[in-house]
Amino acid sequence: MDKTLAPNAARGALDGFTAAPALGLAAACPMTRFVLRGRAEALAAAEAELGFLLPRQACRAASLDGRHALWLGPDEWLILAPLADGPALGEALEAAMGAHPHSLVEISQRQTAIVISGPRATGLLNVGCPLDLDLAAFPVGMCTRTVFAKAEIGLWRRAPDSFHIEVWRSFSPYVWRFLEAAGAEYA
Amino acid sequence: MLLITCPYCGPRPELEFSHGGEAHIARPEKPSELSIEDWTQYLYLRANPKGLHAERWRHLHGCARFFNALRDTTTDQFVATYKAGEPRPTGGAA
Repeated sequence: MDKTLAPNAARGALDGFTAAPALGLAAACPMTRFVLRGRAEALAAAEAELGFLLPRQACRAASLDGRHALWLGPDEWLILAPLADGPALGEALEAAMGAHPHSLVEISQRQTAIVISGPRATGLLNVGCPLDLDLAAFPVGMCTRTVFAKAEIGLWRRAPDSFHIEVWRSFSPYVWRFLEAAGAEYA
Repeated sequence: MLLITCPYCGPRPELEFSHGGEAHIARPEKPSELSIEDWTQYLYLRANPKGLHAERWRHLHGCARFFNALRDTTTDQFVATYKAGEPRPTGGAA
């Protein structure tokens, strides 16, 4: 692989995708992503490096200064960071966790993200996603893997009417088009 | 839609789950010392009860963890779900 090719120079999976403003769809900016798994000692070291605590409550996210940790499972977190943090963050986490058994996998290129916001966001999502997205059942700050039509997504509510959708890049055009089709009557 | 209560995530739609067969089947410690009948019993033969059945499920499109569930095979009702490694809740036939 050509090492001179910066990640953000790679073609984005959603380059050129635009939707009617009424749908509130947008491709999220490129990010650095890691999946972290480990036990208490490794997690404590990672938390010291990140500067904030990984959420231990199921299906919750924690953030600090543009870095986010999303609970995926009892011992598994998705870490999102600005693209500029890049490999340096991974190396710093690796160094911090050192000898403690852990798994840190960079998945920046595996996933991309779609942001959907506006008053129709929950309605459009519920066309393909069976979760109860009422604010009482899915409050701000809640995140989870789930299904959207035939794709698996990570869904994270960042504001009452704004969701961040993590999706494998090859599925992202499908999810985008599905949301567009779901909102055809509003476009 | 049927809701299944994941021990980690709470009640979630059944689309997120995959079934993993009968639960509480321990692999024999020393397979090489087993008779062919006992090995067949371990590999292939399952209880297939009519009524309560302890079975493995995986919250595939969620926390991705395996857990066990007690389900009534006649009504499809989930009586209980519990984490892998925990004993089967009392009640119902074996």
